[in-house]
Amino acid sequence: MAHHTTVRALAHSRSGDKGDTSNIAVIAYNRPAYVLLHEQLTAARVADRLAGVVEGEVRRYAVDGLGVLNFVCEGALGGGVSRSLRLDNYGKTLASAVLPIEIALPADFDTELLRGPAPTFD
Amino acid sequence: MLRIGTGSGWWGDRISPAAQVAEKGDLDYLCFETMAEATVSTAQVRRRRDPDFGGYDTYLEDRFDAVLPHCIRRGTKIVTNQGWVNPLGAARAIRARLDAHGAHDWKVAAVTGAEVTDRIGRLAGPILETGASIDTIEGDIVSAEAYLGAEPIVAALAAGADVVVTGRVADPALFLAPMMHTFGWTRADTARLGQGAGIGHLLECGAQVTGGYFVDPGYKDVPEPWNLGFPIAEVEADGAAVLTKVAGTGGVIDRRTVLEQMCYEVHDPARYITPDVVVDFTGASIEPIGLDRVRVSGITGSPRTDTLKVSIGAQEGFIGEDMFFYAGPGALDKARLAERILRERFAVVDLKAADLRFDFLGVNAIHGAASPEPAAEPYEVGVRVAARCATRAEAAKIGREVDGMAVSGLGSTGKRVPYADRVREVIGIWSTLIDREAVAPDIVFVDSE
Repeated sequence: MAHHTTVRALAHSRSGDKGDTSNIAVIAYNRPAYVLLHEQLTAARVADRLAGVVEGEVRRYAVDGLGVLNFVCEGALGGGVSRSLRLDNYGKTLASAVLPIEIALPADFDTELLRGPAPTFD
Repeated sequence: MLRIGTGSGWWGDRISPAAQVAEKGDLDYLCFETMAEATVSTAQVRRRRDPDFGGYDTYLEDRFDAVLPHCIRRGTKIVTNQGWVNPLGAARAIRARLDAHGAHDWKVAAVTGAEVTDRIGRLAGPILETGASIDTIEGDIVSAEAYLGAEPIVAALAAGADVVVTGRVADPALFLAPMMHTFGWTRADTARLGQGAGIGHLLECGAQVTGGYFVDPGYKDVPEPWNLGFPIAEVEADGAAVLTKVAGTGGVIDRRTVLEQMCYEVHDPARYITPDVVVDFTGASIEPIGLDRVRVSGITGSPRTDTLKVSIGAQEGFIGEDMFFYAGPGALDKARLAERILRERFAVVDLKAADLRFDFLGVNAIHGAASPEPAAEPYEVGVRVAARCATRAEAAKIGREVDGMAVSGLGSTGKRVPYADRVREVIGIWSTLIDREAVAPDIVFVDSE
C-alpha cells in the first residue's frame, strides 16, 4: 500500500517574473517534507507539469539550509510580461500550478506533518 | 538602530497603510517603490500623447499628502523612486507638497541620470533575452534606462536631503541607501551591503512580506487580510534586521512570509545581482522572536559587477482583446463553436496577427495547456480572444468581429458592453548590460520659491 500526497501538503510556493522568465519557489513546511521534495520534485517533473506553458528550460536551485527549491522557468510568460497575450502575463498564478504534483510518501512518514486533508491511499 | 518602513510596493499600491506606518511606525525612513519593468516605457508613450502628464508617479500628491503630516512630526526622511521619467519634475511636485504642509525647511533632492535612451545604441551589449544585437530593435526604442544603485541616494542624504526622489534605481537600493548613510558602509563592505540589500529586497514589495500575495485558505491563513500592515525593518549596524509591522494591523510576518518574499523574482539564490552588491541568501538565518517579529541575519554578498542592467522599451505594435460569455447547458460547446466562427471571420477580414490566442475562462484561460480536462461540464464559460498585430487598425479587428457575435453569434451570447481599451499599444521590454562608468548620476536640490 502506497501513500500519496501532493506538493501542496508539504510546501508553499510563490512565483515572480523577470522578462519572459518565471521563478517558482517551493518552500517546504518542515525538514522531512524538504527531503521528500528534494528527491522527487525534480526540474523535469516541474517542466512536465508546465508543458505547453513553459517553452524553455527549467533549472532547479536547491537551498538546503532554507528548505527551498527554486525553479527558474525560461520562456514561461508567453514572450515576456510586456508582450504576452496571456491573461496572467506576470505568471502570478504559476506558483499554484505546481501544488497538485503528486509526491509518494514513505510508509513511516509522519502524516501529522502534512497540511490540509489527510493523504490518499491506493 | 535604524527603523525603515515601506510606503508602497508598486505604483497601484494602497495608500492608507502608508499613512498608518508613517503615523505609528516611529520611522527614521519611509521608502516608496513604484516602478515596474514597463513603467518607464509606458510613461514615455503617455508623455507623447498627454502633455499634462508629469512623467512621474500619478499618485505622488496623494501619497505625500497622506504621509507628510506624520513624517514632518516625527522627522521621518523619505526615499522614493516616484520620479519615473522626470525625477526633477517629481522633486518640484514634492517641494510644493512640503511647502503646503509647512515644511519649508525640508530639503528635497532629485537623482537624475538613469536615462540613456539617446546613447543606448552605442553602449549596449547584446539583448539578454535573445542574444541578438541592439541593432535589431534600434528604430523601435522608446526608452532605455539603467538601474542605478544606492550611491547617488547616499550622496543626496549626505548633502542634507530630507526627501530623495529618483527615476530608475534597483528596488533594494531605495532601502539600502539609508543603511549605508546611517552606518557609514562603503563599497568595500560587501557582507554588510549584501545583508542590507537582502533586507531591502524583503521590504521592497510592501505587504508581500506581511501576508499579501500569500493566503491559501485552509493552508496559509492570516488575520484580517483586508487590513494588511506595511513592513518595518529595525536594522542593526551590521545589516541584520528584525522585520515587523504596526501592532493591530492584519496579516502576519513569520518564517513563511519572509521566505516567500526572499525568493520572489530571484533566480540563483546565491547570486542575486544588484547594482551595489551580489547578494547571497543561502546562509540566511530567519528567527521568529515574537508575534510578527522575525530577525533576519546571515545574508551576505560579493562585490558588485562592472556593468549595470538597462531596461529598454521598444514599440512592438498593438494588442486587440475582447471577451464574451456563455452560461447554462451547452456553454462549453458554444464556446468552442464561437472560437470556430471567429477564426473563420478573421480569415474573411484578412486579420494579420503575429500571435492569436483564445482562452475559455473557467476551463483553461490561466494555465493553458497545463490545465486538466474539466471533470464536469462547466456551468459558465467566458471566451476571451486576443491578438498581437503590427497596426492599431489590425488589432481593432478583434473587437469588431466580437461585436458581430452580439446579433450574428450563437444563442444566449453574453456581451461585455460597455467596454474600454480593446486595443492597447505594446511596448516590449528588453534588457541589456552597459559599462557602469558610462552612467553619471547627478543630484539636484529643489528649493522653495
